[in-house]
Amino acid sequence: MSQLFDHTWSLMRFILRRDRIRLPIWILSFAFVSAGVVLVFENLYGSDAERQAISETMENPAMIAMVGPNYGGADYTTGAMTAHEMLLMTAAVVALMNILLVSRHTRGDEEEGRLELVRALPVGRLSSAAAILGVLAGVNSLLALVTGISMAALGVESVDLYGSLLYGVALGATGFFFAAFTAVLAQLTQNARATTGLSIAALLAFYMIRAVGDVMSEPLALASPLGWILRAKPYIENEWWPVGLSIGLALALSALALYLNSIRDHDSGFLPTRAGRTTASVMLQGTFGLAFRLQRTSLIAWAVAMFVLGASYGSVLGEIESFFEEIDLFQQLIVQQAGFSLIELFIPVLSSVMAILSSIPAIMVVLKIKAEEKNDRMEHLVSRSVSRVRLVFSYWLLASLTAILMLVMTGLGLGITGNSVLEDKLSFSTYLGAPLAYLPAVLVMIGLALAFVGFWPNLASFLWLYLGVSFFVVYLGELLQLPDWVEKLTPYGHIPAIPLDEVNYGVLALMVALAVALALAGAYGFRRRDLKNG
Amino acid sequence: MTVVKTQGLSKTFGDFKALDKVDIEVKEGEVFGFIGPNGAGKSTTLRVLLGILKASGGSAEIFGKDVWKDAVDIHKRVAYVPGDVNLWPNLTGGEVIDLFGRLRGGYDKARRDELISRFGLDPGKKCRTYSKGNRQKVALIAAFSADADLYIFDEPTSGLDPLMERVFAEYVQEAKSQGKSILLSSHILSEVEKLCDRVAIIRKGHIIETGTLKEMRHLTGSLMFIETEKPIPDLAELRGVHRVQAFDGGWSFQVDSDELDAVVRHLSAFGLKRMESRPPTLEDLFIRHYEETETGAGGGV
Repeated sequence: MSQLFDHTWSLMRFILRRDRIRLPIWILSFAFVSAGVVLVFENLYGSDAERQAISETMENPAMIAMVGPNYGGADYTTGAMTAHEMLLMTAAVVALMNILLVSRHTRGDEEEGRLELVRALPVGRLSSAAAILGVLAGVNSLLALVTGISMAALGVESVDLYGSLLYGVALGATGFFFAAFTAVLAQLTQNARATTGLSIAALLAFYMIRAVGDVMSEPLALASPLGWILRAKPYIENEWWPVGLSIGLALALSALALYLNSIRDHDSGFLPTRAGRTTASVMLQGTFGLAFRLQRTSLIAWAVAMFVLGASYGSVLGEIESFFEEIDLFQQLIVQQAGFSLIELFIPVLSSVMAILSSIPAIMVVLKIKAEEKNDRMEHLVSRSVSRVRLVFSYWLLASLTAILMLVMTGLGLGITGNSVLEDKLSFSTYLGAPLAYLPAVLVMIGLALAFVGFWPNLASFLWLYLGVSFFVVYLGELLQLPDWVEKLTPYGHIPAIPLDEVNYGVLALMVALAVALALAGAYGFRRRDLKNG
Repeated sequence: MTVVKTQGLSKTFGDFKALDKVDIEVKEGEVFGFIGPNGAGKSTTLRVLLGILKASGGSAEIFGKDVWKDAVDIHKRVAYVPGDVNLWPNLTGGEVIDLFGRLRGGYDKARRDELISRFGLDPGKKCRTYSKGNRQKVALIAAFSADADLYIFDEPTSGLDPLMERVFAEYVQEAKSQGKSILLSSHILSEVEKLCDRVAIIRKGHIIETGTLKEMRHLTGSLMFIETEKPIPDLAELRGVHRVQAFDGGWSFQVDSDELDAVVRHLSAFGLKRMESRPPTLEDLFIRHYEETETGAGGGV
């Protein structure tokens, strides 16, 4: 029995050595973000009245579904506000950190054959699984302490040490729960990818269960680890039982994971594997089918994310008028204009942000060419009767369709939840038109991405920098009162604000022409250069 | 008829000269072996021939067409298996084979299934679970199920077990008997020896020898082993004798073909007890060539 855990301590030290940069970065970012949010809330909403106004905007089903019930609504102090708006999201990210780390150190090592090397040494059969759980127990404890103390150290009155420690410990306990939970799933699945995928799917499911539960049924909310941890109510009632529940279950799950690990064969899992297709479907006909197939899952995930983004913006549309009257800062963000409601002024601003975010998956589709090339998989295609121009065109087409899909998804999300909370409903052509007007701008970015792939594949990361700058300029341009020409440096700055501006079709046509020219140039560049290999 | 022809083919990567005036010629219906150590330029040559890399100088043609400009046309009649086969981890082997077939514009379904069973591949598994050998099988099955006129293989058997190597050899012979041409690179000399009609030896981007194995053997001469009653003081100094080594109580050495008669006459004076001779293997040729170019000695070639 004792032999099962031989050298667990050495393996723990080895994990700490391997992740000596990763772990501190994770821990410090949680402390930094949590303390930072307290500071921002304290400075942004100085008076009780301002905070109370925010509290009211949060009292609707959409917001409760998103961030959880507003326990401190009656007295919305900075502490209550932080716990309400940040605890759930932060806990979910801590859970994600634990999922990634466990998957990496269990099935990841196993799949790469590294665990085999370790197991051939005089090391206990359960040592490696026990080591990662031990390390994460420590990491989550440290995270709890560092986060709690940094929040309390700011000296904000409503953010006291006791509440802050509970806040931190709630994060750590959730993290430890998900570490143990992932360790169990790692025994069930066949490989690292499946472990990560299934664990993240479970995390999302727990989030959704809690969302439905928080809105409609308390017992349902308590069925989710993300649901019960919110019942700790830090800074308000400071309950400790949810923390105890998470830690207790985490210990039980750890024991289960170790047991399953002891009866499982190396490189196998308890869930049966589905036999894959032995022949290709009709979808997988050519380069376009392949490009789509390779990115299908990620595109679906992005489409859902874009819909949720639109929907979450839509859910606050109802509160907008009161929201903006309260806050001077946001009034600068939106240039007041006669004849339009505040909501109609707000939609173009939202659309510009959503369009920039929608550009990310579209650009990723184009940059996939680079990844395929680097992994030596492009040569399978080029060495068959596939011209490089056709190859590039497939990716360009997929990227353009992706852009349209993403923009439509944001508009739909915005419209569906927007109209469910607004009394004066807007037409869907407004909701869809505003983001779709940005299509020429996204096409320019796609063209630019292709030009990079064609001529300077190694410099393609600059595109992300450009996108970041675009976001900054478009989103905060008004607020920082940047001159107009700065905004014109990005393609997004040339798009008319629908429904406020007249649509200038000449400019849009010019942008489409530029987008096509860039894409053609990229195809030309790709045709005449060497394929790189890894 | 010539299927592949390069003349003065050069390729530079920055300052590095990967290929330096490579001339090779593959004739219709022959198996052409391209041998050399790692990094000699084998894969680079094949990749230029496939239009994956663009030549820096010289010309390269397949079926009389330019490999860069007419790449797509050429590839309709070419099947290629890269040395290091990387596949899409989330597609199954079967899906990849079908996709490759469709990208070439049609393939024989029955032959695909026959190849899958001959190579013993499980086509329902995701490529991420395949070993190197299995990934190579996927590429080989896709290549042989294509009705190509030229097959290009880059170290095709480096991941295969001996049984699969034999299956591969059978399909190469079959393709050859149908009048198809095969260009394969390798550093496994026994394989090249078994399969190839003609070989080219490449070293540091330069072709140092081309010809049939018979021609090359003639140039290299025979390998001999002798045991004599009296010691032979000047064995290493004899004309046409190379690589003299003490071996098993006697001497082993290499003799140039045109000096063979003189050497044997000379040796007989020392009272031969034992004398064995065998033709040089490709390995002997290879090592000899490398030693010569390394030391700069002319030898008997």
